[in-house]
Amino acid sequence: MSAEPAAPGPAGAGLAGVRPEPGVAKPDPILVVDGVARYFGGLRAVDVDHLEVQRGTITSLIGPNGAGKSTFFNLVTGFDKPNQGRWTFEGQQLAGVPAYRIARRGMVRTFQLTKTLGRLTTIENVKLGATGQRGEHFLPAIFRPSWAHQEREIEARADELLERFNLAHMRNEFAGTMSGGQRKLLEMARALMVHPRLLMLDEPMAGVNPALTQSLLGHITALRDDGMTIILVEHDMDVVMGVSDWVACFAEGRLIAEGTPRDIRANKAVIDAYLGSSRALPEETAPVDPAQPDEVEDTP
Amino acid sequence: MDFLSILGNGVRGMFGPEAAIYAIAAIGLNVHFGYTGLLNFGQVAFMLVGAYGVAVSVATFGWSLWVGVLVGLGCAVVLALILGIPTLRLRGDYLAIATIAAGEILRYFYRSAYAEPLTGGVYGLRQFADPFFELNPFPPGRYGIGPIDFDSRSLWVMTVGWILVVLISLLVFLLVRSPWGRVLRAVREDELAARSLGKNVYSFKMQSLVLGGVIGAVGGALLAINVQSVQPDSYNPVTTFYLYAILILGGAGTIFGPIIGSIIFWFIVTFFDAFLRSAVGAGWFGDLIDGADVGAIRFVLVGLGLMLLMAFRPAGILGDPKELRLDVR
Ligand SMILES: Nc1ncnc2c1ncn2[C@@H]1O[C@H](COP(=O)(O)OP(=O)(O)O)[C@@H](O)[C@H]1O
Ligand SMILES: [Mg+2]
Repeated sequence: MSAEPAAPGPAGAGLAGVRPEPGVAKPDPILVVDGVARYFGGLRAVDVDHLEVQRGTITSLIGPNGAGKSTFFNLVTGFDKPNQGRWTFEGQQLAGVPAYRIARRGMVRTFQLTKTLGRLTTIENVKLGATGQRGEHFLPAIFRPSWAHQEREIEARADELLERFNLAHMRNEFAGTMSGGQRKLLEMARALMVHPRLLMLDEPMAGVNPALTQSLLGHITALRDDGMTIILVEHDMDVVMGVSDWVACFAEGRLIAEGTPRDIRANKAVIDAYLGSSRALPEETAPVDPAQPDEVEDTP
Repeated sequence: MDFLSILGNGVRGMFGPEAAIYAIAAIGLNVHFGYTGLLNFGQVAFMLVGAYGVAVSVATFGWSLWVGVLVGLGCAVVLALILGIPTLRLRGDYLAIATIAAGEILRYFYRSAYAEPLTGGVYGLRQFADPFFELNPFPPGRYGIGPIDFDSRSLWVMTVGWILVVLISLLVFLLVRSPWGRVLRAVREDELAARSLGKNVYSFKMQSLVLGGVIGAVGGALLAINVQSVQPDSYNPVTTFYLYAILILGGAGTIFGPIIGSIIFWFIVTFFDAFLRSAVGAGWFGDLIDGADVGAIRFVLVGLGLMLLMAFRPAGILGDPKELRLDVR
């Protein structure tokens, strides 16, 4: 697929002049991570000294398999507990806050291995994402009139999202009947129902067919243009280079490089990281050989 | 062999007080297992506290029967909290272990010499439900058609029992089709997904455990009232597995599943009970089976029925077999 222009758009403008160094401070960070580390036995899965994510940007998280990207997602969204470290979202401390509260505060993630609710219909999956539902309280739930109006609004919004993600034809099917790519789309639609301010997508394009990938990328940039911040884990270097305002590269749990796509492409540490683990790469990565990122076509 | 009377027995079993009581307890289990995916292997414990709530309140403390029922339901809430608080944050199997243990611990406690002043120990308590039967609008006598008849006492318990089945099913129906029920089903499918969408999964599981437990206690209270006695050993773990059999027969996660399941279960049990007894009486089986074996054999037949069901309708009589074919990872 063809990459979009690599130059940061207006959204990336805030990052102009930020030096491409790991842990560098950003002018308007939405997420600030400090000394977060997670060990599995003796294995250092994540150990990030400092990382800031600029508000209103698409920040891609790259790195070879096992670099700790998904674990990092789990830690900052409360799905796993770090051995040490603190992090703030919109200035609020999040260490020790349960995952569901973090989601309600506007930091919503999807999973690398999709978690569709198989025996719920597609529309139910999406409607579930809406927050502040009166009908989710025990007593009001019994009396339909107390939540019917809100439910109609939620349903309308859910239908819009299904339309946008090309899932309208699956509306009343069990989500368990979906293909892998459709599940990825469903997860993203569902996450959007939560009204996230920071959306964290763990390999959202994996298994999605190329035509749809393009429109998905379109949605992601549109969300960014509407002011949402997006963190994207992605293996396809074309996609990363085309869509990101900023790229952070992990290797063996450490943040080894940060910068604009242009900076990252030329970064020695990134090239080494991918070369060092090139045996693990082929199954999951893009057709582009990331070991030689300099050769990536930069379509103007 | 009087086939009509055997069939009459079966039909009587289908609609008798026990079928209604087991349907109620199975509806509670359906809330846990069918809608929330909670592995509760101790539903009998909720029935036990419901039953003893009534019996101890009336027979030991001399309170009114209706207060006793409320005490029983209150005990179920407490039991659900005790079971749920430590286990519902953990993986599902911890609840399973805790509930199966709790059922046995409670049974041993209620039958212990230590608890005897309150619970009557192994002998239990009796004759505490007179106010219930004083309300019986049916004059003494037998009611029914042909071989299917009930005495006025059973008819009264049945009437109340099936009315409760309808009311409780209606409540569960209203709840599960609401956004609240949608969250429960989401928790059943994948807790982490529900959590990632801002749902307090722990709280929903707790609400489910309490609701289903209280419904189980309603069944227990009615069971105690029906026989006007409680005895700890009638609340053994096997009851929970009958409830699972009922739920799986009828279809877990459906509104009518536990009702249909209970009706079928009790038909099989009472029909074959009567059938085997008269067959043994007629000497069909010679020395192979005698009257004492009948009780066990009818449950073997229930098991056989379940196996056939799993082979031909794995989602239960009312379950949607499409759901089972789903790849629900
Ligand atoms: N639950 C776990 N138990 C043990 N090791 C884990 C667990 N989760 C992840 N790991 C290990 O932590 C490292 C980082 O994994 P992960 O975050 O999934 O990497 P990525 O998403 O970047 O491919 C890997 O070496 C992985 O094997
Ligand atoms: Mg990963």
